[in-house]
Amino acid sequence: MTATVDSTVLTPSVVNVESRSEQGSRSRRARLPAYIGLVIVVGWTVVAATVPLWSPNDPLAPVGARLLEPSRAHLLGTDALGRDVFTRVLWGTRTSLPVAFVVIVASVALGSLVGAAAGFFGGWVDAVLMRVVDITMAFPPILLAMAITASLGPGIRNALIGMVLVWWPIYARLLAAQVQSVRRRDHVESAVAIGASRWLVLRRYVLPLSYTPVLVNATMDFGQVVLLTASLSFIGLGARPPSPEWGAMITEGATNFYNWWIAAGPGVAILSVVLGFNFLGDALRDRLDVRD
Amino acid sequence: MRRYVLRRVAIMPLLLLGIVTMVFAVTRLTPANPLVTIVGERNLGNRVVVDAAKRRWGLDRSVPVQYERYVANLTRGDLGTSFRTRQSVGRDLSDRLPATLELTLAALVFGLVSGVGLGIVAARRRDGWIDHLSRLFALVGSSMPAFWAGLLLLYVFYSRLGWLPGPGRLDPRAVTPLRRTGFYTVDSLLAGDWNTFWASVRHLAMPAFVLGWGITGIVSRLTRASLLDELGADYVRTARAMGISERRVVAGHALPNALLPTITIAGFSFAFLITGAVLVETVFSWNGVGSYAVDAARSLDYPAIMGVSLLGGIAFLLTNLLTDLTYALIDPRIRLS
Repeated sequence: MTATVDSTVLTPSVVNVESRSEQGSRSRRARLPAYIGLVIVVGWTVVAATVPLWSPNDPLAPVGARLLEPSRAHLLGTDALGRDVFTRVLWGTRTSLPVAFVVIVASVALGSLVGAAAGFFGGWVDAVLMRVVDITMAFPPILLAMAITASLGPGIRNALIGMVLVWWPIYARLLAAQVQSVRRRDHVESAVAIGASRWLVLRRYVLPLSYTPVLVNATMDFGQVVLLTASLSFIGLGARPPSPEWGAMITEGATNFYNWWIAAGPGVAILSVVLGFNFLGDALRDRLDVRD
Repeated sequence: MRRYVLRRVAIMPLLLLGIVTMVFAVTRLTPANPLVTIVGERNLGNRVVVDAAKRRWGLDRSVPVQYERYVANLTRGDLGTSFRTRQSVGRDLSDRLPATLELTLAALVFGLVSGVGLGIVAARRRDGWIDHLSRLFALVGSSMPAFWAGLLLLYVFYSRLGWLPGPGRLDPRAVTPLRRTGFYTVDSLLAGDWNTFWASVRHLAMPAFVLGWGITGIVSRLTRASLLDELGADYVRTARAMGISERRVVAGHALPNALLPTITIAGFSFAFLITGAVLVETVFSWNGVGSYAVDAARSLDYPAIMGVSLLGGIAFLLTNLLTDLTYALIDPRIRLS
C-alpha cells in the first residue's frame, strides 16, 4: 500500500486524529460528542419526518411583509418574497436528508458490487475495475459532480445522480481492500476447502466482516453529502427555487446580502448536520474499533 | 526507488487518457442540449440556424468522430472554443489561472503556517485551552459550508465593520497592474505600486482565510498528534536527559520527524482547495478558474466544462504523484514495500 491519499481521507475524520498514547483513553472522553451527534441527527430526522404535521407556516407561501427582521412571530425573519425563513429551514430537512440518504445507499450499493467483485476475483477483473475507480477519483469531486449535473440538466434529481457517480468509487476501493484482507483469513479458506461455492463464501463469510469500515465511512460521509448537495444548489445546479433547500436559500441570502437572517438559518442547519454526523461516525469508529 | 518511480509514472498516460475519455463521456452522452447556449432559446425552432450551428461546432458528426477529433485537438494543445465566451478555452483558462493560483497559494501558506503553529502550541500545552480551542476551530472549519462562511465574513468585516474590502480582486474602479505574472500582489510590487499591492493583499485576506481554514484545521490536528507521539519517544527523552533546552528538543529534534505525515496533506489539500475555490470564488466574485467552472456549468458550455475538468483532473493527478514521490523519498519503508 502506497501513501496515496485519496478523498476517502477527506472526510472530517482527519480532524479527529489523536496521538498514539491518546487512542486508548478515547472511548471515555468521546462520549459527550457522540451524544451530541446523536441528538442532532435524531432531532433533524424527526423534524424531516413530522414537520408537515406541525409546521408553523407554509414554506412556499408569503406569510407577512417582505424582509422582516427576526421577531417573536418570525423567529428567523422573512425572505424577499415574505416567506417565513424558520419554516423553510425546517422544511429544508426534507430535501437534504433524503437526498443524502439515497446518495449514500446507492453509492454503497454500487461501490460494494464493484469492490466485492474486484477484491474477490482479483486478477484482471480487479485491475480493470480499480483503474475505473482510480480515474473517477482522479477528479476533484465537486468538479465532476458539477460536470455531470450540468450535462444532465440542473435539478435536485440530477444532482443526486451526479453525486452517486462521484461517491461510489470511495466505497469500491474501501471494500476491495477489505475483502482482499478478509478472504485470506482461515475461516474463509476452510470454507473454500470444503467446497463452498464462491458466491456463498463471498456472501456469508467475507462481506459481513468487510462492512464495518464502510459503515463508519458512510456515516461520516452523510454530512459531506449534505454539504455537497447544498454547494451544488448554491451554484444553481441542485434544487431550484422556490423549493426550500438550504443551499438555494443561502443563494437567496447572498442576493439580499444586507438581510443577514435569510442565510443564517440554513447555514447553521448545514453546519449542525455535518458536525452531527461527524461526531456520530467518530463514535461509531471507536465503538467498532476500526483502525486503518 | 527507481522502480517505484517508473511504476508510478508509467501509468500516468493511461490515467490521463482515462480522464479525457471520462470527461468526454460525461459531457456528450447526456440529454441536455448545448444548442440552447449557442443559438439561444428563440432560434431553436429555426432549422437553418440550428443546422449551421451544429456544423460550425462539429455537433453534426457521430460521437466517436467527435471523440477522435477532441483527442486529436488535445494533443495539439487545443481545448476547443467556449460556447459562451467564443474564445479558446485554453486562453480563457490561462487568463484566469493566475487569479486562482494566487488565491489558493495564499490559502495554502496561511493554512500550513497557522496549522503547524497551532499544532505545536496545542501539543506542548496538551488539553489546555488553546488545545481545546484549536480542536473546535478545526471541527467547525471542516464542517462549515465555505460559501456560507464567506458570506458571513463579508457581512461582518465588509458591510458591518468596514475593516476589509468587498468582493473582487481589487476595487472595481482601481487600475489593474501591468500583467507579468498575473498575480496582482507580485505584479503591483514589480511595478513599484505599493497602494495597489496593499489593496490586493487586503482583498485576498477574507477569501484566503475561508479557503485555508479547513487546511489549518487538518494540519494543526495532525501536527499535534504526531508531535505528541515524537515527544514520547526515547530519543526525545535522551535529548532532554542530556540537558538540551526544551525549545531545541521540540524544534530541532521532534518537529522534523513530526512533520513527515503533514506532507501527505499536500495531496488532499489540493482537492480541498479546488472544491473550496469553486465556491469561494463565486461568493467573492473572484475572477478565477473556479468561478469560470461555475459559469460554464450554469450555461452548459461543454468545451469550457471539459477544459476545467481536465485541468482539475490533471492537476490533481500530478499533485498526488508528487506527494507520493516526495513521501517515498523521505520514508524508505514505502519505496521498498
